[in-house]
Amino acid sequence: MGGYAQLAGGERWHFQDLKCLLAAATPLRSGDVLAGVAACSDTERVAAQMALADLPLKAFLNEAVIPYESDEVSRLILDNHDASAFALVSHLTVGDFRNWLLSDECTEENLKTISAGLTPEMAAAVSKIMRLQDLVLVTQKIRVKTAFRNTMGLKGRMSTRLQPNSPTDSVSAIAASVLDGLMYGNGDAMIGINPATDSLSAIGELLEMLDSVVGNYSIPTQTCVLTHITSTIELINRGKPVDLVFQSIAGTEAANRSFGVSLSLLEEGREAAMGLKRGTVGNNVMYFETGQGSALSAGAHHGLDQQTCEARAYAVARHYDPFLVNTVVGFIGPEYLYNGKQIIRAGLEDHFCGKLLGVPMGCDICYTNHAEADQDDMDNLLTLLGTSGVNFIMGIPGADDIMLNYQSTSFHDALYVRKVLGLRPAPEFERWLNDMGIMKMDGGALTTSQSLPAPFSRAVLAATSEAGQ
Amino acid sequence: MNRDNRFLSGVVTADPWDNLKRLTAARVALGRAGTSLPTSAHLEFQLAHAGARDAVHSGLDADRLADQIRDKGLRCFVGNSAAVGREEYLQRPDLGRKLDEATKKSLSDWHQEEGAPEFDLSIVIADGLSARAVRDHSLPMLANLITLAEKESWSLSPVVIIRQGRVAIGDEIGSQLAARMVVLMIGERPGLSSPDSLGVYFTFEPKPGLRDDSRNCISNIRPEGLSHALASHKLAGLLRGANERRLSGVQLKDDSELVAVDSGIADIGNFLALADIRESDASES
Repeated sequence: MGGYAQLAGGERWHFQDLKCLLAAATPLRSGDVLAGVAACSDTERVAAQMALADLPLKAFLNEAVIPYESDEVSRLILDNHDASAFALVSHLTVGDFRNWLLSDECTEENLKTISAGLTPEMAAAVSKIMRLQDLVLVTQKIRVKTAFRNTMGLKGRMSTRLQPNSPTDSVSAIAASVLDGLMYGNGDAMIGINPATDSLSAIGELLEMLDSVVGNYSIPTQTCVLTHITSTIELINRGKPVDLVFQSIAGTEAANRSFGVSLSLLEEGREAAMGLKRGTVGNNVMYFETGQGSALSAGAHHGLDQQTCEARAYAVARHYDPFLVNTVVGFIGPEYLYNGKQIIRAGLEDHFCGKLLGVPMGCDICYTNHAEADQDDMDNLLTLLGTSGVNFIMGIPGADDIMLNYQSTSFHDALYVRKVLGLRPAPEFERWLNDMGIMKMDGGALTTSQSLPAPFSRAVLAATSEAGQ
Repeated sequence: MNRDNRFLSGVVTADPWDNLKRLTAARVALGRAGTSLPTSAHLEFQLAHAGARDAVHSGLDADRLADQIRDKGLRCFVGNSAAVGREEYLQRPDLGRKLDEATKKSLSDWHQEEGAPEFDLSIVIADGLSARAVRDHSLPMLANLITLAEKESWSLSPVVIIRQGRVAIGDEIGSQLAARMVVLMIGERPGLSSPDSLGVYFTFEPKPGLRDDSRNCISNIRPEGLSHALASHKLAGLLRGANERRLSGVQLKDDSELVAVDSGIADIGNFLALADIRESDASES
């Protein structure tokens, strides 16, 4: 008993435990207000940040924010903590840790070394006292490399998940979006469909369709149909061509239960996909999606703020050596992240915490129509994440997902950020774009071809005559 | 008028797969200026987003709607949820699910004064996330419901219109008015191409605190989605089924036959596999 006290603004502030301190120190967002855990004033928030800055990193090893006994995510975090990796920073307070991260002493190599010694709560804590430029500066030092049929996370590269969703799972509508995206140099992270249905046979057909496209045109990429992990395991058992195993995950056992998953089920899915050995340059087989607010939305946040919950989801993710992890930052709606400002900060925090913990982070830079956000906000987050070295973003025709009814980043958006920051697609995919004549390397930059490469031209012709009949 | 062709026609590159537009409502083959979105595609997007935002933020003219309902010979109340204003409504879904004190009191006073009658059906109309959807679709849906109630000899409570309401508020109102069933019509979250989509939710034996799995939902009611007639047909099936089985929610299935909506979009399967790509490719090189 005792908690944490801080003098600030001529007042003495008290925070009853670590959980309350973390929540009060979190930059304002609607979800924490909704949960009743946010600071009551701006001064209280900064007082909490000051108290947090004085806290030794070691404190997070002594006080679990959700009890070890009652939460398997807490057990995963503490049981897998690597004390020798932690040694380099174990003497630091949260405030010192921020200084060290920003210093030139802290190298890419250092960050790689300490990753397994950091808990998600440490990452969340330091992010709460960082400005956006701090988050960008530190994150761009970190590379998290993974591979399946191509390589993600290399320096100077940024990939996209081509998301060709259709509200009726129409195969020709999906194919049209796939072609559109490929011609704009998108799809190296994966071609991944959110199906409208949860019917196993329909999902199996979509898997076969995507597999045939990747096979027919020899595209060095991977595919995914995003359905519950139990369905994916069943589809693997039925012999369907599964590259990546998708699952939504969260940072508490109870929130994961609300998604119908446990740590052992995730392991089961991973083993099933590993056994298929479909990767050619690597075998990272998991694709996770996360997002601040999901634990609160499931009533499973245990009084923890939504950003700390989210960082804990990355501790879950890293345990399974995922190919990619996607924070779907603005999808959840304004009751969790109210406006562009809150969405932008959350996207950068998530990318930072994930990368610091060794997770191959990407971001679905997105918003819904009832959030106070627009395309300009997405441009800001896109440019900031590109600068931070994000592994991948979404590529959706015209930024408009007509199935999920939200706005994300378009194929054009990806080309914009690649152009202004000199970023390139995954190397294997870049070679394919070049060989196909879709884009050519010209003076260090990819230039888009004016005409449609022959095989795709034939497909469009076939589609035109078919549709005309 | 195409805003991209006014001058410098060579600056915008059209996509040579323009024909694929007939296969999907997705924004494919937009063309490019450099590698960016051409002006016309950019402004079309902005217009769609503006329409969706206006749908979220424009208020419901509840008094006018109430007058139109009274013109049909029904009693009608207008009230508010506990959320004050749009900003609070958007950030506090918990408040949008509850009646404010004044509305709660006026409903309960009326119910007492009438001698605490019981009703078969209560109809609630809430603005939700699209007042436009409510303005455009609630009256024709209401007319169909009244016809159904007459046919089934169901007694109707007064209609209640709620500003800043969320789905669960219907259960509190149904319970206040001692209704056996409640139907709530509400504006759905607008998509970029669907600013006017109405949702209809239905609960058997409504009471506060019920969860989503106790309700049935018919979604996407709008001209390009589910028509009023079809939505009413499905709702009638659900209400009759609920009446028979005395429940609603996940255990109650929609047995109405699926009627295909003609979207005008062709479906030709996976055209990327239509041509034998590799063989013909090899023969050319």
